[in-house]
Amino acid sequence: MSRSSSRSPLVPLAVIALVAGGSAAAFAYTAGWLSPERLTPARLVAALAPPGGPALGHRRNHAKGICFTGEFQSNGNGVALSKAKVFTAGAWPVLGRFNLATPNPNAADATVRVRGMGLQITTPDGDVWRSAMIDAPVFAVSTPQAFYDLLESAPKGPEAMKAFIGRHPEFMAFAGWAGSAPWTSSYAEDPFNSLNSFLFTDAAGTTRAVRWSLRPAATPVPITPEELTKKGPNYLEQEIAQRVAGAPQRWTMTVTVAEPGDNTADPTKAWPQGRRTIEVGTLVVNKVIAEPDGPCRDINFDPTILPRGVSVSDDPFPAARSSAYARSYDLRTSEAKDYPRTSAARSAKP
Amino acid sequence: MSRAMFHARFSGAQRLLHWTMAAGIVAMLFIGVAMLSTVAPAYVPLVATHKTLGVALFALVLVRLILRLTLGAPPLPADLPPLMRLGAVLSHWALYGLMIVMPLLGWAMLSAAAYPVVLFGNVRLPPILPQSDSLHTLLWAAHRWLAFAFFALILLHVAAALFHALVRRDGVFEAMSPLPAKPTAER
Ligand code: HEM
Ligand code: HEM
Ligand code: HEM
Repeated sequence: MSRSSSRSPLVPLAVIALVAGGSAAAFAYTAGWLSPERLTPARLVAALAPPGGPALGHRRNHAKGICFTGEFQSNGNGVALSKAKVFTAGAWPVLGRFNLATPNPNAADATVRVRGMGLQITTPDGDVWRSAMIDAPVFAVSTPQAFYDLLESAPKGPEAMKAFIGRHPEFMAFAGWAGSAPWTSSYAEDPFNSLNSFLFTDAAGTTRAVRWSLRPAATPVPITPEELTKKGPNYLEQEIAQRVAGAPQRWTMTVTVAEPGDNTADPTKAWPQGRRTIEVGTLVVNKVIAEPDGPCRDINFDPTILPRGVSVSDDPFPAARSSAYARSYDLRTSEAKDYPRTSAARSAKP
Repeated sequence: MSRAMFHARFSGAQRLLHWTMAAGIVAMLFIGVAMLSTVAPAYVPLVATHKTLGVALFALVLVRLILRLTLGAPPLPADLPPLMRLGAVLSHWALYGLMIVMPLLGWAMLSAAAYPVVLFGNVRLPPILPQSDSLHTLLWAAHRWLAFAFFALILLHVAAALFHALVRRDGVFEAMSPLPAKPTAER
C-alpha cells in the first residue's frame, strides 16, 4: 500500500488517542483514583487518626509501646501441626513490643482498654514469623469494612455507636469483655491472642486452621482502672522494665485447632471450649528497651509475614492488616525526624 | 513501494522478549496500583505476584540487554526527522533504564524496611540494604514516582509505535512485530 493514498491520517490518530486515553483511564480506575468510595489502605489508616491528626513518626495504631528481646523455647510439640522450623525443639531469638491499642503515643495507661504484643521469631533457616496479638479473647468486628465503620462511628457519639451496633451486633461479644474483664497492672500478667485464624501445614502436607495464644506465667492481679490511674500514666512501661530486669518473664504459647464447622473467617466468633489445644513452647522475655532507640521501633509486625508451614486462611483480617500496617510503616518512617531517636532527646521533651 | 520490505527486523529472541516483557511490565504497573488500592484478601497474592514477577522481569531484562548490546537493532528509517530519531533513541534507553531500576528499587525498599523478601514458591532473597528510615522513604518515593513516569513513557511509546504502524507505515513497527515475517505480504 502506498502512503500517497488519499486516506486521511485522522482515523489512525483517533485510534492512537483512544488507545492511550483508554489505557490511562484503565490505570486510574485500577488505582482507585476514579472511585473515592473504595476502602483503600490509605483511607483505613487515615480513619485511625485522632481528631487532632496522627502523631507523626509513630505507629498509626498501638502507638504507645516498649521493645523487648528474648527467645522462644520450642518444645517440639508444634511439629505435629506445622513443618515450620520454629516448632522443632530449640530456642529461637525473639524481638517484640508491648503496646496499647491507641493512636496516641502519650495516652495514659488507664485510658486504654486493649493491650497488645508485637512478636517476631527468627529461625536459622531464614524464616521470619511476625504477629501482632491482643489481650481480648475476640475481636470487635467481623470484617475490615466493619472496622472502618467502627472507626468512623465511634467519634460521632453514642447515637452513632448505637446505629453501628445495630449494623454490627457481633460487636457485643467484644463490648462484653471490655466492660467486665478485670484489668491488670502488668503486661506480664496479660494473655495475648492471635484472634485471626491461620493455616498450619505439617510435613505430611495436612493443613489445619488454627489460632494461637500466649498465656502468662505470672498470676494476674486484678486492679481497677482508677487504681491504675493513681500509679501514673506510664506505669505499665516502668513496671515491665523493672520486672524483666528482676527476672525473665514467660508466656506459654498454645495453638488451638479448628474443627470442621468452626468459623475461621470471623475473629468475633470464639471457637467452642474443648478444641484440641497444644502447648508448643515458651516465650521468654529477658530484656526491655525503650522504643525511641529500641530494635522494635522500625519493625512492622505485619501478621502476613509467616514462616514456611504457616499461611493465611479465609480470615479477611490479616490481608487488610498487612495493607494498613505497610501504609502506617511508610508514613511513620518518612516522619522519623518528628520522633527523635535518642532517649535523651525524648526525655528532654515534656 | 513500501519501505517496510527493506527494513530489517529485531531477532526472534529480541521480539519474543520485547512482547513477553511488555505484557509483564504493564501487568506490574497495574498490579502495583491495584494492590495499594485494596484491603481485600487479594492484597496478599497481589503483593506476592508483584514481587515475584518483578524479580523475574529483572532477570529477563539483563538477558535482553546482553542481546541488544551484541545483536544491535535495525536502523531507523533514513527519512525519520532528527527530533523523532532522538526521541526514539532516548526513550528506548529510558525504557531499558526503568526496566532495570524499578525491580532494584522494589527489592531495596523492602530491604530498607527490614521485611523478608519472599517470592512465590518460598524463594527468599537476601536484603540488599540495611534497615534505614531515610533510605526507605527515598526508595519508596522513587519506586512510586518512577512507576508513574514509566507508565507515561509506555503510553508515549505505544502511541509512537502505532504512529509508525498506522500513519508513517515505515516498517518500524514490523521490526518489532510479534508476528513472523511476511516477506511477500508487502508489495
Ligand atoms: C482491619 C483491622 C485492623 C487495622 C486497620 C489495624 C491497624 C493497625 C495499624 C495501622 C497498626 C500500626 C502498624 C505499624 O505502624 O507498624 C496496628 C498495630 C497493631 N495492631 Fe492492628 N489493626 C487491625 C486489626 C488488628 C487485630 C485483629 C489485632 C489483634 C489480633 C491487632 C493488633 C495490633 C497490634 C498488637 C499492633 C501493634 C504491633 C506493634 O507493636 O507494632 N490489629 N494496627
Ligand atoms: C518492573 C518492575 C516494577 C514495576 C513497574 C513496579 C511498579 C509498581 C507500582 C506502579 C507500584 C504502586 C505505586 C503506588 O501506587 O504508590 C508499586 C509498589 C510497590 N512495589 Fe513495585 N514495581 C516493580 C518491581 C518491584 C519489585 C521487584 C518489588 C519487590 C521485590 C516491588 C515492590 C513493591 C512494593 C513493596 C510496593 C508497595 C510500596 C508501598 O508500600 O507503597 N516492586 N510498584
Ligand atoms: C509495556 C512495556 C514496553 C516496554 C518496556 C518496551 C520497551 C521497548 C524498548 C526498550 C525498545 C527498544 C528496543 C531496542 O532498541 O533494543 C522497544 C522497541 C519497540 N517497541 Fe516497545 N516496549 C513496550 C511496549 C510496546 C508496545 C505495547 C508496543 C506496540 C504497540 C511496542 C512497540 C515497539 C516497537 C514497534 C519497537 C521497535 C522500535 C524500533 O524499531 O527501534 N512496545 N520497546
